Amino acid sequence: MDARRERLRVAGAEPIGLYTLLRLERGDLDPGAPGQFFMLEAPGRLLPRALSLCLAPTGELAFLIDPIGPGTEALCELEPGDEIHVFGPLGLGFRLDVERPLLVGGGIGMAPLPFLAEALRFPPAVLGFRTPEHAEAAALLPGAELAIDPTFVTELILPGQDVLACGPEPMLHAVAERCPGAQLAWEAPMACGYGGCYGCAVEIDGELKRLCVEGPVLVSRAA
Amino acid sequence: MLLNASGCLDALIAPDVARQLDGFVTKTITPLPREGNAPPRIAETAYGMLNAIGLANPGRERFLADTLPQLRELALPLWISVGGFCAADYAETCARLHDVEAIELNFSCPNVDEAADSAAEIVAACRAATPLPLYAKLSAAHPDVAEVARAVATAGADGLSLINTLRGLALDPRTLKPTLARGTGGLSGPSLKPVALAAVHACHAATDLPIVGMGGITTAQDVVEFLVCGAQHVALGTVLFADPDAPKRIRDALGVVQPDDRRLSARLLEFRANAVA
Repeated sequence: MDARRERLRVAGAEPIGLYTLLRLERGDLDPGAPGQFFMLEAPGRLLPRALSLCLAPTGELAFLIDPIGPGTEALCELEPGDEIHVFGPLGLGFRLDVERPLLVGGGIGMAPLPFLAEALRFPPAVLGFRTPEHAEAAALLPGAELAIDPTFVTELILPGQDVLACGPEPMLHAVAERCPGAQLAWEAPMACGYGGCYGCAVEIDGELKRLCVEGPVLVSRAA
Repeated sequence: MLLNASGCLDALIAPDVARQLDGFVTKTITPLPREGNAPPRIAETAYGMLNAIGLANPGRERFLADTLPQLRELALPLWISVGGFCAADYAETCARLHDVEAIELNFSCPNVDEAADSAAEIVAACRAATPLPLYAKLSAAHPDVAEVARAVATAGADGLSLINTLRGLALDPRTLKPTLARGTGGLSGPSLKPVALAAVHACHAATDLPIVGMGGITTAQDVVEFLVCGAQHVALGTVLFADPDAPKRIRDALGVVQPDDRRLSARLLEFRANAVA
C-alpha cells in the first residue's frame, strides 16, 4: 500500500451547483492515479467517506461532494482552516493506455473525470445530469457535451471509442452493455477502503470481490 | 497483547497495519468457501456500525493451501478464527492447523442462519482434535455469558475472546427499509463497549481463563478499562476501519511497548481490586 494517512487542512469549500468542491492542502499525500480514491474523515461520524480525487491543483487535493447524508453533509460544511484525516490514495484507477478516450459521467459520478481529463490531455467528454442545477458542476470539465434528464448520457456515446465512465449503477450497466471493454468506476458502501471490512463486495466475473482492492475501476466484460 | 478483531483487517493487503499488532487474527474460516451476503453489507449507525458480511472466506482448503502460507511470510503470531455449523466442522479445521499461535472459535457470528451446536460441545470436540491454545469467542447476546464461559472452560478452552457483535437493525431514513440487504447485522463500534466491559467483568469473575477483550475500543483509555475489568489482552475492530494507525496510536498513548509490562500488570491488579466490585 502506498497510501498514507495524514491530517490535512481545508483550503476551501466552494459550492458548484448543488455539489461542493472541497479543497485540502495536500501535505505529503500523493494524488495517485485518476480513479483512485481517498477515505476522508467525516466530522462527527464514526466512519470515513470514500471519495475519488476530482482535481489535483498544485499543493492541493480537491474532492467533489454531493451532500446526500450526514457524513457528506459534514464534509460540505467544513471551513477553511478546519482539519480532517485523509487516507489514500487507494484502489485501482483508470488505465491511461487508451487510443480514443471518451469520458462519460453521470451526476456526482463526474467527480473523478476532471483529474482523468488532465491525465489524458482533455479528450472528449459527455456528462449526464438530473437537472440543470446539478449540471452546473460541468464547469469543472470545460467542453463536455451535456445530457439532461430525460435525455440519457448513453445516447451521446458513439461506437469505436474507448469509454472511461463513472456514474450511477444503471448508467454503468447501460454503458457496459453498449461498450464492451469500457473502464467503469463503481461505487459501494465501504467502511475502511483498504480491504479490511469486506463491506464493498461486488460481483466480478461471477464472484463477490472487494471493490476497494479489485476496483473501483473495473473493465466491463465483452458481451 | 494487542490484536485485531477477526474480520476487521486483511494482513496480506495491509501488512504495515498488521505489524503494529502483537498478533494477527484471521477472518473466520469455514469448511467450505462462502461468498458472503449480498450487498449492501455495512451501515453506519450512531456511535457504531452494522455489518452483514456473512463469513465470506475462501474455505478451509484454499485457506490452508494459499492464504496461510502467505500469512506465515509476515512472521507475525497467527490466530486462526474457525467457524462452522456443527462441532465436527470446527474440530476438522482445528485438526488441520499446526504451528500457529492460537485458534479462536467463532460461536457467535450473527450473520449466519444455522445455529451452532452448544459452545461446550464444540470446544470439547476441538480440544480432542488439537493441542493448540483454544480461545472461545462468545456473544454477549446470551442471557448469562458467564455461564457459557464456565461451560467452555470445563470443556477445555484455554481462553475467552469477548465479545462478538450484537444483532441490530438500521433503516434507511428515506425509504424506511433496512439499510442492509440481509435486514439485520452485527453491531460493532463504541456503542458496544459497555456491553463488552460487562461481559469481560462477568467472565473474569466466573473463570480463571485469560480474556481477549474487544468491543468499541478506540482509545488507550478504552484499553485500560478493558484491562481493569479483567481482560489480559485486547483486540481492535471497527476503529481499524477509520484509522489504520490506531494500534500504534493506542500503544503510544498507553506508553507500554512491552505487552507484559510488570508495572502495568501490578497497577491493573490494583485497579481491578478497587474499581470492580
